[in-house]
Amino acid sequence: MAEAAIQAGCRFYAGYPITPSTEILEYMAARLPQVGGVCMNAESEIEAIGMVWGAAGCGVRAMIASTGQGISLMQESFAELANAQIPVVAVNMCRGQGDYFQSTRGGGHGDYRFIVLAPSTAQEAVALIQEAFHLADRWRNPVLLMGDFLLAHTSELVEIAPPDEPPLPPKDWAMTGASGRRGLTLSPLGPSQKLSTDIASALAQATDKHAAIRAAEPRVDCGQLDDAELVVVAFGFPGRFVKYAVTLARAEGLRVGYVRPISLWPFPSQAVADAVAGARRVAVFELNAGQMVEDVQLAVLGRVPVEFIGGISHDPSGFGVGPALRVEHILARIRDVYPRAAA
Amino acid sequence: MRATVTIDVATCKGCGLCVPVCPPAVLSMSAAVNGKGYRYPELVAGCTGCELCAKVCPDYCFAVYREPAGGRAADGAPA
Amino acid sequence: MRQPLAPTPTMRKVFDTPALLLSTEHSLCPGCGEPLAVRLLLELIAQLGVRDRTICVAGIGCYTAFPMLMDIDVLQALHGRAPSLATGVKRVRPDAFVFTLQGDGDMASEGLQEVVHAAARGERVTAVMLNNGVFGETGGHATATTVLGQHTKTTPGGRSAERHGHPIRMAELLAQLDGAAYVARGAVHTPAAIKATRQYLHDAFQSQLDARGFSFVEILTMCPTDWFVPPDKGPGWLEENFRGVFPLGVVKQ
Repeated sequence: MAEAAIQAGCRFYAGYPITPSTEILEYMAARLPQVGGVCMNAESEIEAIGMVWGAAGCGVRAMIASTGQGISLMQESFAELANAQIPVVAVNMCRGQGDYFQSTRGGGHGDYRFIVLAPSTAQEAVALIQEAFHLADRWRNPVLLMGDFLLAHTSELVEIAPPDEPPLPPKDWAMTGASGRRGLTLSPLGPSQKLSTDIASALAQATDKHAAIRAAEPRVDCGQLDDAELVVVAFGFPGRFVKYAVTLARAEGLRVGYVRPISLWPFPSQAVADAVAGARRVAVFELNAGQMVEDVQLAVLGRVPVEFIGGISHDPSGFGVGPALRVEHILARIRDVYPRAAA
Repeated sequence: MRATVTIDVATCKGCGLCVPVCPPAVLSMSAAVNGKGYRYPELVAGCTGCELCAKVCPDYCFAVYREPAGGRAADGAPA
Repeated sequence: MRQPLAPTPTMRKVFDTPALLLSTEHSLCPGCGEPLAVRLLLELIAQLGVRDRTICVAGIGCYTAFPMLMDIDVLQALHGRAPSLATGVKRVRPDAFVFTLQGDGDMASEGLQEVVHAAARGERVTAVMLNNGVFGETGGHATATTVLGQHTKTTPGGRSAERHGHPIRMAELLAQLDGAAYVARGAVHTPAAIKATRQYLHDAFQSQLDARGFSFVEILTMCPTDWFVPPDKGPGWLEENFRGVFPLGVVKQ
């Protein structure tokens, strides 16, 4: 992901060591200077996101990675970065999947939203992080990638290349030194023009785009839906397990399909609603106490019963791969729910 | 007259910091108030153009003028 | 008819509002010392010819009124966070002239960790702390630099060592760090102090231009409102209560 980011033009990284994101910091420390970039090991996550803010505020593609606890520390800055409309890419390599609410609802203050993308394979992570830089610049809005412990520690063959990006508008809002022009302000608290106190419209600009993002950016992967009585919804690396479990269930004669939201915000509500239109039940598998299930419930609006088949599941280290993340376990849950769907 | 100041009395907030720093003591606070309700400094003759009032004013009310050195003022007084 | 004390046609204007100040209309209190410090900053930026590559990183306090009045690029940070933003800015734009504008509440209370680490790393930025011993913008509450005996809304009756501890001397604290190349403390309560402070700021800026490391200037400013004195008594209060605790002069160069 780090190399993919660099090939997408990332030239500034700041971070703090925290499992399971630390390898990104290590890679950036070695690689960024080779391409004329800067990597800072900050004194805490709060300063790390501050440094990213400073670099991104100058128009440089900048990135940060952490895990849930570190992301918690960054929330004030996250909210204000969105208000200031500064593009940054953040990565949360989660422990489990319990940071769904933190990512999609935001743990910060005010009306901000981050675009949230959840890759399930290393190759998808490469593609999505490169897209994240483009989306962040295009919308002038931060983008967050949700990974997890398995994604962080699974070795897979990937192809990485500089992305082919559509043209983007110039960053005329960036801090470059006011050469040949009047000075600019870049602030979460107000407008960029000097002598203006129009705070209300500056804040409105930061949020008016949410509707456009919702329309343009939902992403989803789904399959085996045509005659599905039961649809299983999952995101991230566990989505791969679910996809495989669904295939096995089909081999047993169960009419099961799957939906894997790739964008968690904007949540692909329409795609989920369409996917379950012909089904009798929806089962949501996630490694937490039930978070995405609420977005699924909102998407189907009561037309189909939604059941939670996930749960908190950690190994003794506390970092992530618990007993629930096994194909046999998921298949058993599917077999469990299916009679209620087919009835 | 070798020097003088102009005073933006509308912007003045009446803090009075300029009065005690003026070496020839040619500033004193008015009896009248400006549009914001503050008293403001009034100038009498004798300004030396030392710039101290301008430097201590938090509201940037003063501009300082001086005759060029070595010349004569318009009224014939030495600069 | 020309007013008798109006400038004559032969007079030259020798001192004026700083060219980089876009308006003199600000909402800071009568007798506030912060605008005097801002004047010095803007004069020096113009004098050193660095306006076109200046990026100011502003903290949050009464002085947050100034970013929209200054004709330079200003990146607005959160309370206490200016040094980390300034680090990011200077690291990606090493040719920029970068300074932070913070108050004592912002830097010494909320943001102590940030500035200490920026100084330790020797970030080539200039941090400026306007020190009036209170959180002014929120209405006058104690900060890390409130002096013993100083009455504030959170130290009613006066700061007591037993209940509220002791003030932090930021200049001396930062001077201990090897990454700090120039550290000084000035004040703006008298013309002589203003003149000395102008020199400290000049030398701090120069040390950044010479890439020597982190530079820091603490500037004692009057806050008559939250010191509970009339505006014209601010300078005297500062002299009596602050000067002894926060000595003026160059601490490290």
